[in-house]
Amino acid sequence: MSKLLRLNGLTKAYPGVIANNAVSFDIGTGEIHALLGENGAGKSTLVKMIYGLVKPDSGEMEFAGQPFAPSEPRAARQSGVAMVFQHFSLFEALNVAENIALGMENPPRSNILSKQIREVSAKYGLTIDPDRLVGDLSAGERQRVEIIRCLLQDPKLLIMDEPTSVLTPQEVDTLFITLRKLQAEGTSILYISHKLDEIRTLCEHATVLRGGKVVGTCIPSQETAKSLAEMMVGAKLQTPKKAATELGQPLLKLENLSLQSKDPFGTSLRNITFMLRAGEILGIGGVAGNGQDELMLALSGEELVDANAISLKGEFIGQLGPTPRRMRGLLAAPEERLGHAAAPDMSLTENSLLTAFYRQRLGRRGFVNKQASENFTKAIIQQFDVRTPGITNTAKSLSGGNLQKFVVGREIVQNPTVFVVNQPTWGVDAAAAASIRQALLELASNGAGVLVISQDLDELMEVSDNFAVLAEGRLSKPQNAKGVTVEEIGLMMGGSEIA
Amino acid sequence: MDFSSISIVSLLATLMVAATPILLAAIGELVTEKSGVLNLGVEGMMIFGAICGFIAAVETGSPLIGFIAAAAGAAALSLLFAILTQYLLANQVASGLALTLFGLGLAALLGHKYTGIKPPSSPKLDLPILSDLPVIGPILFNHDYMIYFSILLVAVVWYFLKFTRKGLVLRAVGENHDAAHALGYKVIRIRVLAIMFGGACAGMGGAYLSLIRVPQWTEGMTAGAGWIALAIVVFASWKPWRIILGAYLFGGVTILQLNLQAVGVDIPVSYLSMAPYLVTIIVLVIMSADRKRASLNAPASLGRIFHASN
Repeated sequence: MSKLLRLNGLTKAYPGVIANNAVSFDIGTGEIHALLGENGAGKSTLVKMIYGLVKPDSGEMEFAGQPFAPSEPRAARQSGVAMVFQHFSLFEALNVAENIALGMENPPRSNILSKQIREVSAKYGLTIDPDRLVGDLSAGERQRVEIIRCLLQDPKLLIMDEPTSVLTPQEVDTLFITLRKLQAEGTSILYISHKLDEIRTLCEHATVLRGGKVVGTCIPSQETAKSLAEMMVGAKLQTPKKAATELGQPLLKLENLSLQSKDPFGTSLRNITFMLRAGEILGIGGVAGNGQDELMLALSGEELVDANAISLKGEFIGQLGPTPRRMRGLLAAPEERLGHAAAPDMSLTENSLLTAFYRQRLGRRGFVNKQASENFTKAIIQQFDVRTPGITNTAKSLSGGNLQKFVVGREIVQNPTVFVVNQPTWGVDAAAAASIRQALLELASNGAGVLVISQDLDELMEVSDNFAVLAEGRLSKPQNAKGVTVEEIGLMMGGSEIA
Repeated sequence: MDFSSISIVSLLATLMVAATPILLAAIGELVTEKSGVLNLGVEGMMIFGAICGFIAAVETGSPLIGFIAAAAGAAALSLLFAILTQYLLANQVASGLALTLFGLGLAALLGHKYTGIKPPSSPKLDLPILSDLPVIGPILFNHDYMIYFSILLVAVVWYFLKFTRKGLVLRAVGENHDAAHALGYKVIRIRVLAIMFGGACAGMGGAYLSLIRVPQWTEGMTAGAGWIALAIVVFASWKPWRIILGAYLFGGVTILQLNLQAVGVDIPVSYLSMAPYLVTIIVLVIMSADRKRASLNAPASLGRIFHASN
């Protein structure tokens, strides 16, 4: 097989950290090549160098036999490199055709472009209407927009950064069919993912990065998911285990909870009903944007609902705000670490004060008890192994995984009766994810009720006792997590109820 | 009281004159905000434009050179704001307020010697037949050239934003600067240009006050017109044609209260002078009552600082 892209000794350093250290590997023509690594392993930096967003300090690249040093994305696109971003680079208030035109060098007139979009979408089975507003599209449809944008430029190399993290299993299957079709036409694909099973089924070669260096290459189909994960982490992994417990008293009940979304592109909640018992972990799956954020707001008390819609241990709390709910034992950790769960520019101590001030009595008569709050913060850091130079460091100075451990730990240390967490391990490396899941399991086995909202099905299957799916603002009937198959879940995500 | 002395024809004709300074400033601010930058310094840029235009027109005797100088001067002032917010990443609200205070002070200093002078008068449109038509003539075809220019400018901005690729890129930058950067667009360069366009427009709006509407130089003569222009951008929900509607509505209320004062309506003058501002506030409240619709049109990155993080 001939080589399309050769990387030779690419190095890029930032103040205090070497993001890429002499990285070398090749991608063949028509090959699907996986790039594996934990958060902070240097995958994004490497991809940005190939796409021209970052210039390497040293080392060289060769593309289709020619020296390749793109100074900006435009140059990379002209050479035939296209990229689908992890957080979609789309503009919600613009329509599909406008979004696609923005990613092209010389877009044709809008009516010709619309025709081209329809042709490409028919050819690859990526159904999309060019006149729709991107803000109204589902995550899967948005990804199609990104892919079509790339395909219209006949790329030789397609880079995909975590493409399946927001898709339903059926959408993933459709995507893989598209990618195989492209491969058959001779397009090379650089595929970045932390979903190891996907890489094993899809990719022919894999390069593993750790700490900015290439630590191994392998043929994924000959490895197990566990051996791949251990290659990434560089250590043996422990799978979290739950001690068998009997489910106890009902703690949290939702009855016909409805909530109109304030976000113009949000989803309103409709008649959400479920019960959470002591010692139970209820997993709520579903594709992002189906009401997860709204459910989180309704449970945390940021949005008030009908008083009778939510009850905690028999007390109706729908009209109570976050602080009274916390006092009664309902604690929540929202999805967005920076900006919602934690204030980026405030220190860890200040951040722990924000949720624990009343419940942990970290002050009196409006004054903060410095000693108590520092001790509380230290307890979180110690119990949850948060790696930080100290408690005075700002929240934004922590890596994603460490901040997530802090945000989840801050609530668990407060000994909740019911704990609600949205995306507990989003964008967190494997080791940190395992320790967060372990903490959730321990919390439940100590008699608390835990509600986990997540898009990671493997995670939900691993921790949940019962499982339900949010689709278009409605919640399916919770059922035993042991009994459902991935196919069934996929159908539920699409909105159809299973018998 | 004698309402018959209020002539509808002259009312409509003066309405356009009263509205034009705000119209010019607002269309410039619209472009700036569409690129994602909130520049609260419109008032300061307007008054700086007013004095730059006045000095240039008096010294050269040409109103045209006055307007060009006003646009250039205010654009230069807005460049200060652009450097602060785009390169030094200063807070846009604070920088904008500072720009207003700075512009007011600098204009007063420069204009010290020019108080009480009359500027050269601007030529008016004079079309045979059309300008002499009764009613329609004085309302539509007997104004100075800047009024027609301001309407043309709105049309050009509308076309630019809606149909051109550069307009699309500008909107994209205002919508999601991180995504625009990832696609390789020069967020900062585009924003600096948008800020300078906003400055030039505000400057011409100011010069229209000092050269045509008043026409004279007095300290603080913009008297809040810049703030009204900012409000009108929101009122128009960032749509160019609605800027005309908003500006003319405000101009209409202003002229009406002047006329009512002249005929001696039995309401204290202060209430009448308040009226245009009060109407603006009421309209803004009504407009933003439906938060969903308002936020649909607002540029999503408005007022947010962009820092390329690689």
